[in-house]
Amino acid sequence: MSLDKDTVRTIANLARLEVRDDELDHLAGELSNIMTFVEQLAEVNTDGVQPMTSVADLALPQRADVVTDGNCRDKILANAPEQQDGFFLVPKVVE
Amino acid sequence: MTKLINLTMAEARKALAAKEFTAVELVDAHIKQAEKAKPLNAFVTETFDLAREQAKASDVRIAKGEAGAMEGLPIGMKDLFCTEGVRTTACSKILSNFVPPYESTVSANLKKAGAVTIGKTALDEFAMGSSNMTSAFGNVENPWKRKSDPSVKLVPGGSSGGSASAIASRSVMAATGTDTGGSIRQPAAFCGIVGIKPTYGRCSRWGVVAFASSLDQAGPMTRSVRDAAIMLGSMAGHDPKDSTSAPLPLPNFEAALTGDIRGLKVGIPKEYRPDGLSSEIQALWDNGIAMLKDAGATPVEISLPHTKYALATYYIIAPAECSSNLARYDGLRYGQRVEGKTLDEMYAKSRAAGFGKEVRRRILVGTYVLSAGYYDAYYAKAQKVRRLIADDFAKAFQTVDVILTPTAPSAAFGMGETDDNPVTMWLNDVFTIPTSMAGLPGLSLPAGLSADGLPLGLQLIGRPFDEETVLRVADVMEKAVGFNALPAFVEA
Repeated sequence: MSLDKDTVRTIANLARLEVRDDELDHLAGELSNIMTFVEQLAEVNTDGVQPMTSVADLALPQRADVVTDGNCRDKILANAPEQQDGFFLVPKVVE
Repeated sequence: MTKLINLTMAEARKALAAKEFTAVELVDAHIKQAEKAKPLNAFVTETFDLAREQAKASDVRIAKGEAGAMEGLPIGMKDLFCTEGVRTTACSKILSNFVPPYESTVSANLKKAGAVTIGKTALDEFAMGSSNMTSAFGNVENPWKRKSDPSVKLVPGGSSGGSASAIASRSVMAATGTDTGGSIRQPAAFCGIVGIKPTYGRCSRWGVVAFASSLDQAGPMTRSVRDAAIMLGSMAGHDPKDSTSAPLPLPNFEAALTGDIRGLKVGIPKEYRPDGLSSEIQALWDNGIAMLKDAGATPVEISLPHTKYALATYYIIAPAECSSNLARYDGLRYGQRVEGKTLDEMYAKSRAAGFGKEVRRRILVGTYVLSAGYYDAYYAKAQKVRRLIADDFAKAFQTVDVILTPTAPSAAFGMGETDDNPVTMWLNDVFTIPTSMAGLPGLSLPAGLSADGLPLGLQLIGRPFDEETVLRVADVMEKAVGFNALPAFVEA
């Protein structure tokens, strides 16, 4: 499997990762290597095999739908790159 | 008296109870050694003052007869565990100023047991790597040296390389690690120490910076099997805050070390002897088999036919989960932000500036295999092969009690001795990844030295939630091996 520059640009955009144009060739080469390596899985017969989503043979636990945490606004905001009046400050998204 | 820094935790615990020395003295001796070992760069953040205060409190509890299982014992905390009020970076630029407002369950459990953390240990960025060379805070050095050329700086392995280096250099008595594909076991092997990745679900993942959630598992790294049993007992246990934490009672792991393995069947998987496996590793493995036989166990050849596909399976599943987990680093609520003209540009710039090369590469691979049109061909396919790998182990464990394999295909390598192909680096984990895929407990213990004087490890793999058998066999092997070599850095 070989990835071209356009594909790398598309997935970088999906991943919200800025990639410079002069990095695209190198990345396309690296990712193509990796995809070629993992392609060996195609030779494994997996007909009728259920995908394994969890190793733990456990049912997902349920708990009462009640508030168990909170009232710690300042703690939550403490690591914010920017904050104002008790809110996270984000770039303007609506004109 | 043996120097304080050369004691095991079991020995130190006894001596503390007998008032032979105080926790303050024990912690101070390790801080002094950590200062001497500073060039190894094993710590990202030192918490010496905090540790001295905690040691004083430990001495008070010991005097009152209220000592916890690890009271006053100095440890390192992998910088992937959130520690309240103490910076937690995951060795990434994007979290370089992150101070968690809460404590991870595992580190809280250790604190409750009385353990004293002297610092946060380095790792590969977000635990993605096998050499500790992807950290944004510089390389970590292995205290061991090649006989043939002591000037070469060797890697400690990864991702828990800072923990392994700190333990081997006697800066701490033990440290926490996390293991996604071999990140506890491979550095343990490279640094001549013991490390166990418990069964998935044994230790809570709450408060541990996530990499690949279906694989990540915390575990102890120590200098003896008994110490691993003590520490695992202090770290593990059911935690309602992690829905994948197993609601099982915690066994007394130390009590499992009976010294008796007569009649146990030990599986020897033929697929772990690939063409090109070094004769040194083969001999180490054969020697381990002979030791278990001498102790009354029976080696049984087994087959794990899907072993050769584990690495490829891992490098679909782990990047997929990584790309999903690391989507949270958006420069809004915490972490580094780089301004952009639009919201999307801010995301893209913040993430490009904050993530290193290996992390970026894995995010891109993960995004690709999860993207529309490729999901079934890659991700769903890998999940199916993962089940076949797990089924291989389940079948083997119908006839054997434990499995013995090498931990890594080589001894520690030199910094910069690997080529640029990421797949070559990934081959380090070829013997540890299958266990992770199946969620089974795996322990690495030092089993000998290479011709060039470097430690080599053997791995014991057990049934789900049967760490006890793994530890029992490891304890017997440890005694048979009698590993007492010291890294160049440490005086006897």
